[in-house]
Amino acid sequence: MSPLAKLVEAALFASARPLTVEEIQTLDPQAGAAAVRAALVEIRDAFATGDHGVELVEIAQGWQVLTRREYAEAIDRAQFALRPRRLSPAALETLAIIAYRQPVGRLEVDEIRGVDSGAVIEKLSERGLVEIVTRGEGLGRPLLYGTTPQFLEILGLKDLDELPRLDELSVALRPPAPAEPE
Amino acid sequence: MTALPPTAQDQAGFVVELEQFSGPLDLLLHLIREDEVDITDLPIAKIADQFLAVINELGLNQAADYLEMAARLLRIKAQMLLPRRVGDDEWEDPRAALVRRVLEYQQIRELVEWLAAAAARRAEQFGRGFAPEPPAPPPAPLVIDLNDLLAAAERVIALIPEPVLHRVVPRPLDVEGATERIQALLAERAAFGWGDIVGARATLVDVLSAFIALLELAKRGSLHVHQEGPFAPIQIRRESAREAR
Repeated sequence: MSPLAKLVEAALFASARPLTVEEIQTLDPQAGAAAVRAALVEIRDAFATGDHGVELVEIAQGWQVLTRREYAEAIDRAQFALRPRRLSPAALETLAIIAYRQPVGRLEVDEIRGVDSGAVIEKLSERGLVEIVTRGEGLGRPLLYGTTPQFLEILGLKDLDELPRLDELSVALRPPAPAEPE
Repeated sequence: MTALPPTAQDQAGFVVELEQFSGPLDLLLHLIREDEVDITDLPIAKIADQFLAVINELGLNQAADYLEMAARLLRIKAQMLLPRRVGDDEWEDPRAALVRRVLEYQQIRELVEWLAAAAARRAEQFGRGFAPEPPAPPPAPLVIDLNDLLAAAERVIALIPEPVLHRVVPRPLDVEGATERIQALLAERAAFGWGDIVGARATLVDVLSAFIALLELAKRGSLHVHQEGPFAPIQIRRESAREAR
């Protein structure tokens, strides 16, 4: 591997969270973004072809070394690492609405869910999955929420574009059909 | 609707069953799916009755969100029963808004399944753990010799500095005397300088007394104080327009 690739590998190993290309660039002022990307591909290929128990994964707009899926059971059983707590249906509903409507205010979430979502949003905010991104224009300038990189991380997504498009769902919500017959 | 009086058992059941549904729309969607009816042509009377039955059965009658939905369903049911003229173009299906909400909610439920699957898949991989720093061990119990303790106490006492005593001497400012002096000067001359008040060999107390007296008289309007610039000699003029009280 190239010296830069080895340096990046060490940094990825040391980090407990995904590192973005920009963050990795700070390791070596001379390394450009293209060189860092090349180094990342080099590391990913080295893990992939060299029979390793870990792999380099593109996640949450960054890169992270993760254990291979086939070892999840064994690691879990031995309790060397804890699986993240599962999210409740209410939390997932709220996350889905915020992910698709962001920036979105609490009232709109309440309206879609048909239930007060203040406490759920508070919990999601505490877990770092959503955050206040701006304030709305309307009455009282409501706080508007959006998803965080942590949200992408717990779902294993590169970015928000990886979420399914609404028209790909089996229950596509289309605007009400015009009343006039064709 | 007949609300059963809440009992302890109801309360307990309420908490458990509420977790089964994430909200009234969830319950509504559950009923629709169970009946396998067409959402767009919702048999509102049947669904409304079932909704009320479940609320009573589960003791959900305290949850405002569920009650609100129940009221909405009953209202739509009543609207559906109202007679309408044939060929009335103005008539809008009272179920339309509800159907839109249920469809929208159904879409969210589908996204929830997608998100849950994505999260479960992500949970099959572990990143490098970040071990937080272990808490500092509790301090060992203090084992100490009495002689050492006394020696330490002596060292600490030796470090305490001798208290410094100050004698406070009263040196009141003689503002009255200075005022009298200035008033005497005012009676004598229309204008004079700062030096005329305090003299050549003024002490700090004299200067302060004279200055306060001067400011006080200027405030009363007995005289006019003027200074060309910073550190320039202070000029005092008799104020003729306003006389002192």
